[in-house]
Amino acid sequence: MYKGETKVIIGPSGTGKSTLLRCVNRLTEPDRGKVVLDGVTVVDKPGARPLKVDINKVRSQIGMVFQNFNLFKHLTVLNNVRIGLIQVKHMRKKEATEQALKEIEQVGLVDKINDYPAQLSGGQQQRVSIARALAMDPKLILFDEPTSALDPELIGEVLQVMIKLAQAGMTMLCVTHELGFARSVADEIIFLDKGKILAQAPPAELFSNSQHERINAFLRKISELYGGHQR
Amino acid sequence: MLIRGTAVALELTFIFLGVGVVVGVPVALAQIYGNRFGRIAASIFEQIFRGLPALVLLFLFYFGLSDLNVSPLIAATLAMGLRSAAYQSQIFRGAIQSIEAGQELAARSIGMSRYKAIRYIVLPQAIRLALPPWSNEFTNMIKDTSYVFVVGIVELMRQGRYIVAREFGDALLVYSFIALIYFFLTYAGNHLLGRLARRLTIPGEAAGESAMERI
Repeated sequence: MYKGETKVIIGPSGTGKSTLLRCVNRLTEPDRGKVVLDGVTVVDKPGARPLKVDINKVRSQIGMVFQNFNLFKHLTVLNNVRIGLIQVKHMRKKEATEQALKEIEQVGLVDKINDYPAQLSGGQQQRVSIARALAMDPKLILFDEPTSALDPELIGEVLQVMIKLAQAGMTMLCVTHELGFARSVADEIIFLDKGKILAQAPPAELFSNSQHERINAFLRKISELYGGHQR
Repeated sequence: MLIRGTAVALELTFIFLGVGVVVGVPVALAQIYGNRFGRIAASIFEQIFRGLPALVLLFLFYFGLSDLNVSPLIAATLAMGLRSAAYQSQIFRGAIQSIEAGQELAARSIGMSRYKAIRYIVLPQAIRLALPPWSNEFTNMIKDTSYVFVVGIVELMRQGRYIVAREFGDALLVYSFIALIYFFLTYAGNHLLGRLARRLTIPGEAAGESAMERI
């Protein structure tokens, strides 16, 4: 991936999309393969020699947004966004607060900074988790089906934030079934099936005429299911 | 005399529970996060101290170690404290394991070390979950301090026996009064811990009392 690119991974469930994302920041340890982030080798297997890499530092540079948000339940919105700055980046509280507030403003939740996750809607929680990822000033953000756990009417607000991010030049690797989102902002769509890349092409190309019947069938099904809120 | 005995009973409760927390939390952490050796060692410790009667433990540590000249208080603290640690390790283990894996995953994803993820994300939530069952352990401990009179510690129960034996107090009256004191202590303790649990409840989450059942 290049800086500023947005790529979308689609494919049937159980195909390894989430696993692939987690291999990028080694939340799942890959068996084989190579990941390089901005010149730093994160994974190289089987490599010539064991890698010396500070994985915590690498992870702090890769944001991750989860399907079910995984906000820290015992912390307020502000503290959810701020804790990484204080504990990982060792920022002082005042600076961390300023930075966190800036990110919370980005996702439009300044009026909720003292709320706890359980007091927020799913859409609001996901926006907070995007702010949490953004606060670390990541080089790349991984989105793992960020809208799949949301009620249909809450999907829009999260997609809007993501579209804004993509347009602002954030580097994003997204697993999602939101084909409308993919069509409007993805530079490339990667179709994964049974752990293998079946096709890899810009959206217009992939959507119009795919040679693979497998992909066409999948796209038809997704469009039927998610067609209602395609933008 | 009974007031003095009550004070001693309370002191013992706090000492034993304190040892229980200080040893019990690491035992729970070792059982969950430890390597093979840590897990096995923690489990053996937990099984032994949960599997033996309090009186047997007290006799073992006091009379069994009499060559080492251990004082009654030390022997009782080892026996009752470690026993409590074994029970408490199970309370904390259950609470920690009730925290969704996603919490730790999210913490690691922003670059927290495993230690920080446990310290700042998992444990603060687990402690809230542990509080209701822990108050049960607290209740048990107040009552179980009465066992230590067998190694010669002058706590509430032994003070009662002195009154009955030396001053010819009416046994029914004296022991009824002691029963009342124990009941008051456990009742007051539970009430305070219940209030603490409510205060620590995360806004929007279910109340502390039902937290365990919810998961």
